[in-house]
Amino acid sequence: MSGTIDVTKTPATSVPAGRRTPRGGRRLGDRLLLGYVWLIIAWLLLPIVVMILFGFNDTQSKSNVTWQGFTLQWWGRLDEYPQLLEAVRNSIYIAVLSTVITTTLGTLLGLALGRYRFRGQGTTNLVMFAAIASPELVMGASLLSLFISVGVQTGFATVVVAHVLFSLSFVAITVRARVIGLDRSIEEAARDLGASTWITFWRITFPMILPGVLAGALLAFALSIDDFVITQFTSGATQTFPLWIWGATRIGVPPQVNILGTLIFAVGVAIAVVNTVTARRRT
Amino acid sequence: MKRLTPYLLILPGGLWLAIFLVVPMVFMASVSTQEGNVVDGFIQTFNFPVYGEVLAQYRTQFLRSAGYGLTATLISIALAYPMAYWIAFKGGSRKSTYLLLVLLPFFVSFVLRTVSWRFLLADDGMLLGPMKSAGLLPEDFHVLQTTYAVIGGLVYNYLPFMILPIYVALERVDPKVIEAAQDLYAAKREAFTKIVLPLSLPGVFAGVLMTFVPMTADYVNAGILGGPENTMIGNIIQTEYLVNNDYPTAAALSFTLMAAMLVGIFAYAKALGTENVLEAAAR
Repeated sequence: MSGTIDVTKTPATSVPAGRRTPRGGRRLGDRLLLGYVWLIIAWLLLPIVVMILFGFNDTQSKSNVTWQGFTLQWWGRLDEYPQLLEAVRNSIYIAVLSTVITTTLGTLLGLALGRYRFRGQGTTNLVMFAAIASPELVMGASLLSLFISVGVQTGFATVVVAHVLFSLSFVAITVRARVIGLDRSIEEAARDLGASTWITFWRITFPMILPGVLAGALLAFALSIDDFVITQFTSGATQTFPLWIWGATRIGVPPQVNILGTLIFAVGVAIAVVNTVTARRRT
Repeated sequence: MKRLTPYLLILPGGLWLAIFLVVPMVFMASVSTQEGNVVDGFIQTFNFPVYGEVLAQYRTQFLRSAGYGLTATLISIALAYPMAYWIAFKGGSRKSTYLLLVLLPFFVSFVLRTVSWRFLLADDGMLLGPMKSAGLLPEDFHVLQTTYAVIGGLVYNYLPFMILPIYVALERVDPKVIEAAQDLYAAKREAFTKIVLPLSLPGVFAGVLMTFVPMTADYVNAGILGGPENTMIGNIIQTEYLVNNDYPTAAALSFTLMAAMLVGIFAYAKALGTENVLEAAAR
């Protein structure tokens, strides 16, 4: 994602737009628009603030809806719902496993699509496009139809299969973009100096596409740990974090869910910030 | 050997996509025309009239989903465009910060964010409770279980998918082109409608694809924020598959939904070029 953000050509843009209008008018319009941008950002972040806040709510009833006062007690009572912790653990295991498989298969796909021209390339692109564009509901429903028809018991393994399916195309596209941008002459130089195909790949090509591979892996992990719809269709009796929350909405979501959500949010933000900072240092 | 390389690279990922994306669609079609029940099993009877029956029975939900999806998409364009415009042209050196803020909600599970809105909008919750006790709102006023809540939830959950592609398209507009238009005496408004807007339309198209499809097939927002009057086709499919185990009805419904959407998606992709849409979708 950081690749799409181009900061270098900004200053020139704002100048010509305002050249013919009186300065004050432009400023007012800009300021209104800036206020609007922050309003939308506030709207986008409001539920997150509420989620974090209500992990500290001293609620007595099962429905954690109104503010009762500040408490830290829920942090010490995370183990009150063993099935919730089990669900979070499942979510993490599924995310790790599916990320490893997706990254491997997606990198190979990305290499093939970025480097070679071959028969069937159009079809591959089309199927990958279909995997991204089809609604999750339809993918989940059709996978369940398959599993029912051939008599496969849905559970942990089928969830991993489904998660690899929907994140594969994203990884392949991320890697492909990186492969297309490669300078082929470096690999040719390695070959000229006598390196074998295998050595050239691991010493030259792989380190150069690694940022794309890592970006793809992060995306796959994020997509997997958050997924609800396909997971619900393919999980059978296995619970994941989002599934547990969905099940709890009817009876009331306990503050422990807010805390676990806050922890996952904090880890995600930390990774994103580290990623942005190191990316900036590299350039 | 050299000619085989791309095929070997593509084999594992391609097989995964074929077995778990393409094949399941065939099985779903097959399940849809079977008859029977979950206890005695289902037998293939090529019961094609089932499609007419489910369409007649769930016509309201199909139309409602399309209506909700369309309304939420139009609202999203209206909300996202000015925001993307501001970030792209006036964001300056803080562009990446604004984009990170837009993406921040993705670090919290989709279901949990929706549940947070349920907290916020509850009849005696943080927003309505104080306003009711201050006499600003009648006691029986409610937002949950209304069309507004469901469409609001849809817009909330998918807005970043509209902002990002529009932003990417606007970011690519060369400021020199706008300058040239103004040097040729285009008014500010004309420069926008004749230069910036047409150049950003591919971003809007990509955004529509990425929001309309999942919004129309969504059942989480209607399930958590809506009431019995807001049931969407996704809720019906989910219930028929996972609660009632009426697989043929569910499969016929999802197949119809998929067919309707695929026609739309491919007409769209045709107009835009598959790779462009793919790349926009990957960001």
